[in-house]
Amino acid sequence: MGGIPHDHYEPKSNFEKAMDKRLPIIGLLHTTIMAPTPKNLNWMWIWGIVLTFTLALQIITGIVLVMHYTPHVDMAFASIEHIMRDVNGGHMIRYFHMNGASLFFVAVYAHIFRGLYYGSYKAPREVTWIIGMLIYLLMMGTAFMGYVLPWGQMSFHGTAVITGLFGAIPFIGESIQTWLLGAGAVGQPALNRFFSLHYLLPFVIAGLVIVHIWAFHTTGNNNPTGVEVRRTSKEDAAKDTLPFWPYFVIKDLFALAVILVVFVAVVGLMPNYLGHPDNYIPANALATPAHIVPEWYFLPFYAILRAFTADVWVVIFANWVSFGIIDAKFFGVLAMFGAIAVMALAPWLDTSSVRSGRYRPMFKWWFALLVVDFIVLMWVGARPAEAPYDSISLIASAYWFGYFLVILPLLGVIEKPLTPPATIEEDFNAHYPAKGGSDAAANPAE
Amino acid sequence: MNIFRKLTLAAALAVSATAVTAAESEVRIEDFDFSFEGPFGSFDQMQLQRGLQIYTEICSACHGLEHVAIRTLHDEGGPALPEDQVFAYAEFYEVFDPALFDGEGDFRPATPADKFPASSLSNAPDLSLMAKARAGFHGPYGTGLAQLFKGMGGAEYIASLIDGYEDEPECALEGEPMDGFYNTAFAVGGFPASCIDDHGHHMVPGSWIAMSPPLWDGAIDFADGHANDVHHMAEDVAAFLMWTAEPKMMARKQAGLTGIIFLSLLSVLLYLTNKRLWAPHKYGRKDS
Repeated sequence: MGGIPHDHYEPKSNFEKAMDKRLPIIGLLHTTIMAPTPKNLNWMWIWGIVLTFTLALQIITGIVLVMHYTPHVDMAFASIEHIMRDVNGGHMIRYFHMNGASLFFVAVYAHIFRGLYYGSYKAPREVTWIIGMLIYLLMMGTAFMGYVLPWGQMSFHGTAVITGLFGAIPFIGESIQTWLLGAGAVGQPALNRFFSLHYLLPFVIAGLVIVHIWAFHTTGNNNPTGVEVRRTSKEDAAKDTLPFWPYFVIKDLFALAVILVVFVAVVGLMPNYLGHPDNYIPANALATPAHIVPEWYFLPFYAILRAFTADVWVVIFANWVSFGIIDAKFFGVLAMFGAIAVMALAPWLDTSSVRSGRYRPMFKWWFALLVVDFIVLMWVGARPAEAPYDSISLIASAYWFGYFLVILPLLGVIEKPLTPPATIEEDFNAHYPAKGGSDAAANPAE
Repeated sequence: MNIFRKLTLAAALAVSATAVTAAESEVRIEDFDFSFEGPFGSFDQMQLQRGLQIYTEICSACHGLEHVAIRTLHDEGGPALPEDQVFAYAEFYEVFDPALFDGEGDFRPATPADKFPASSLSNAPDLSLMAKARAGFHGPYGTGLAQLFKGMGGAEYIASLIDGYEDEPECALEGEPMDGFYNTAFAVGGFPASCIDDHGHHMVPGSWIAMSPPLWDGAIDFADGHANDVHHMAEDVAAFLMWTAEPKMMARKQAGLTGIIFLSLLSVLLYLTNKRLWAPHKYGRKDS
């Protein structure tokens, strides 16, 4: 466990001893659940449990939905209505699944921005970060393909647009698009393969989640100070940590329950609030919706995709340098994937010697601006591509790249960070003084 | 290059390469106060029955409800017609049954197990899901606040549309005569050039719709003596179409509220458990 010294599993009963010799699975579970965990973790460290829960929720509701769904262009839409009207509890299962995707992305964005603020991506946790980014990419693919399955207007025309992005790749783009769709246009082959992959990818995600957990159990958790757990002795390590069970399991379950109150309120009282009305119209190739808008969780990157139009100087420059191979459309696609790529490269772009943003006075403000930037991109992504939204999205996109490519590397050089506490124990005790700690209850890091 | 590929490319180009500038109509949507709005709102059974009557006598001439089973008219939380009335109602309709006439198929009177017939006119959309398919009030500025706080959704749109027919504005009389009917709630119809000012803005709300005004004052007499002017009837039929789009709304809200109560209790219990669990490490600790 990250070289953090702690008591290891000792099989006690005869059964455990016999089992341990043959398959040490009890020991593996014990090690995982009793992992020494920094005791100063704050409430931003609860999203992992929320994400694990949501993955399970999506897989379970999804398996039930598949029992009643028909992946056929003439029957898919009606089979969803069959689920909504005739299947016992079908409307709740479907609304849970539909809004579960939103919960998933709320949690993953909170989780990612937590990592960006507290420097969780920095050495030695780069592998955890990269696997996390892979999971995020797969989540986006899975969510997109799931949105296709009801075969409504947005399903159909959204598929045309998104696969059209691959069509923008020079020379081979059209072949790739045809290969993705299984045909020259969106139709039955696309629906079938998206259905197949929508069922498959969540299990790939589940596998990567295990690797993700394995990776950060090897390095140990990061924590709000960014200071590592002392590994000098078992006694020192015990002062910095508490076992995951029961301390963090109960804490995380409390947070999960509160989040589920909000989630159930959305599912029960306004389940279509986050959706788009056009997807309640059956797919019709001949009637394109006035605005093709992706789900809210894609909007920031959709805004970046649309921001780089042919009249932007970087696009004109790229077009000139590449002898016209990179046109505005392809540039937009590169920018969209690039926006995620620069985030994945954060471990190598951040040059600061201090891990946690808590002790970085300048970084704090740039980071806060990044969060605002993300929200602005999300809002502008849903607006029509016209003035003034086009300039707003261009500025916001520029900041996204500027943050990762310029500000992060530069801050490490020009910023004078504060000194983090020497140990996690010191940080924890500062929040919870041993005597007369009545004020501590109001502390945000509780 | 077939039509699908053309559409695919056109759509992809539209979003990425060039700015889409579609001058859109402002529409006039009235904020009706429907009984089913809000967390505790529920369908008004009598209103749904009046709406069913309007649908049956007027709308069903052209439109259909192909996803709605006739038996669900009996369901609790909906119009809740008595069983014998549902059987009698089903016989109004004829459905095509492919099993009849030695497998060649034939028409027969509908039973409650059948669904409502589909639209009989090709350009009359099916109304089963209309109240969810036209919930486009994510304003102001796309924030969705109108929907969140005023409960403005598809039912408001339907009622406003039916009640939104007006005499053609003066600016429209100057140019070529328009096809269809002027409607202040309809956004996507034709619009005369003579009503667009120099800045490209529409001078009047709405646009021209193909559907003729479906209702007129006193079009229907209700058994319960309810007001039968266009405004009230529009509200009633919109409520009925909200039910056809979301027949399980009552059950869903109840499940939601039950879930909120139980999970809130669970949160309190877990909060206390967590507090007690951590207390010795936070406050009862002896510093070494």
